[in-house]
Amino acid sequence: MSTFIQLTVNGLANGAILALAALGFVLIFKATGVVNFAQGEFLLIGAYIVWAGVVTLGLHWVVAVLLGVAVAVVMGIVIERSVLRPMVGESAIAVIMVTIGLSAVLRSLVQGIWGTTLRRMPEIVPETSVSLLGAPFPVNRLWAIGIALVALGGFALFFRKSHYGVAMRAVADDQQAAMVMGISVRRIFAMSWALAAVSAVFGGTLVAIMIGVSIEVATFGLLVFAVVIVGGLDSIPGALLGGLIIGLTRQYVGGYIDPGLGEVIPYIVLVLVLLVKPYGLFGEVRIERV
Amino acid sequence: MTDVAGAATSAPATDVLLDVNNVEVIYDEVILVLRGLSLQARRGSLVALLGANGAGKSTTLKSIMGLLPSEDGEISEGHISFDGQEITEFDPAQIVKSGISLVMEGRRVFEHLTVHENLVAAAYTRWREGTAGDDMRLVYEYFPRLEERSNQVAGYLSGGEQQMLAMGRALMQQPKLLMLDEPSLGLAPLLVREIFDIIVRLHRDLGTTILLVEQNAHLALEIADHGYIMENGRIVLEGPARELAENPDVQEFYLGMSESGERKSYRDVKHYKRRKRWL
Repeated sequence: MSTFIQLTVNGLANGAILALAALGFVLIFKATGVVNFAQGEFLLIGAYIVWAGVVTLGLHWVVAVLLGVAVAVVMGIVIERSVLRPMVGESAIAVIMVTIGLSAVLRSLVQGIWGTTLRRMPEIVPETSVSLLGAPFPVNRLWAIGIALVALGGFALFFRKSHYGVAMRAVADDQQAAMVMGISVRRIFAMSWALAAVSAVFGGTLVAIMIGVSIEVATFGLLVFAVVIVGGLDSIPGALLGGLIIGLTRQYVGGYIDPGLGEVIPYIVLVLVLLVKPYGLFGEVRIERV
Repeated sequence: MTDVAGAATSAPATDVLLDVNNVEVIYDEVILVLRGLSLQARRGSLVALLGANGAGKSTTLKSIMGLLPSEDGEISEGHISFDGQEITEFDPAQIVKSGISLVMEGRRVFEHLTVHENLVAAAYTRWREGTAGDDMRLVYEYFPRLEERSNQVAGYLSGGEQQMLAMGRALMQQPKLLMLDEPSLGLAPLLVREIFDIIVRLHRDLGTTILLVEQNAHLALEIADHGYIMENGRIVLEGPARELAENPDVQEFYLGMSESGERKSYRDVKHYKRRKRWL
């Protein structure tokens, strides 16, 4: 029983973080149609900036996170301007190659600046354990779940209530019609990349709290692809559900059957889902009126 | 009625809201779509732009709206000015801000957004003015059916309701010039009537200048003050709507009537068209 609770809490924490990371990916794909293979590296950079803010600059972690958000906004806009905008109108495969290249550049940049040693994220949230139903587990997992859910809720509110959020969804729906509404599509594209990078600051920091600050953060980010394909590339609820499915199955299978299998199971789930629902669980179904 | 060459100079300059002057549009750097098109809309008028498929009517509206760059097209010659301001090089956002709104062909509502959200998206450029609430009330006044469905996803509205939503979006922008591209397309005759009644009411009540592109020449000339007829990327005929409707050539070509005033079968019209063209 205690193993079960532990695995469940771990799985939920992983899942919530994955959902947050996947949100950034879905955002970019929905608004701009670009498959961003550098989303894992966005997590990596987010984690390192926050780490450097706290450890190197000695900032309070709240300030460090704000710094991370500011850097992310700038990075997102710069990447959109300099890397993606020249690619408008090019084939999807060319754009994918560019984001793969981007991921290599960002990864090398991080390694060039901070090296490859594993570092501990300073204690942002309490590292103590509490026991629940006889099972001890670290409090930071609960924090991770809470922070990820609050962030997801914040983004959901933004998309429903803010006119910028509505404009972003309008661009995702019909770009030319959005232009006719006076919406600046370029600005929305830049905003999507900036928001994706911001969501990665939260996601990356939470990952780093659990597994430490190293290149492994980006590797964890690879799971994002399993999440978004399971949930549907363009669905925000799909990202949430996909995150929880992948997070939980990974823990259960890894804990009860075999840790190695746990690493592979996300991709097995992925294939199974694709067999039944080729566009993912919540993938866009074109609305057809009868 | 004037011939093309001598057109367009009769109105005093300040009275002209939209002035499209000798515009040439090229797509993909080779395909000439508009070949020296000129037309004007006076402040407060309702202008109809008629013509067969492929004459360049939609392209005309898109070039006014600044949409050509998004389709690999460009204005290679000529000028467009609006309200005394040159807008040839403006992007769509600037054009919306200066007071032109377009209701695109095929309605193009945001299918996954609710009716309410569609209207919010349309108020994007005016959001800071904080008038969106009042604008929305006005839209719902003209289109009560939209209010009933304000929380429904637009993709599931009927065709007529989608057309109303498309027009409501344009209304949110409080345009000085409203351009409508084939508002009757794919709608049942009764609904077409309803839509046209609303166009007339908008024109009359709000004093909005309207540029109407239509296949349904009958209906368009009925409500318009002035009409232009396009063929092969240029204006071939223009004049007061009533005179155009009585012009025998227009009756033959666009209203499908023979000289005796009877409707001919479509096949006869087509046959006849092949033999005789203006240009």
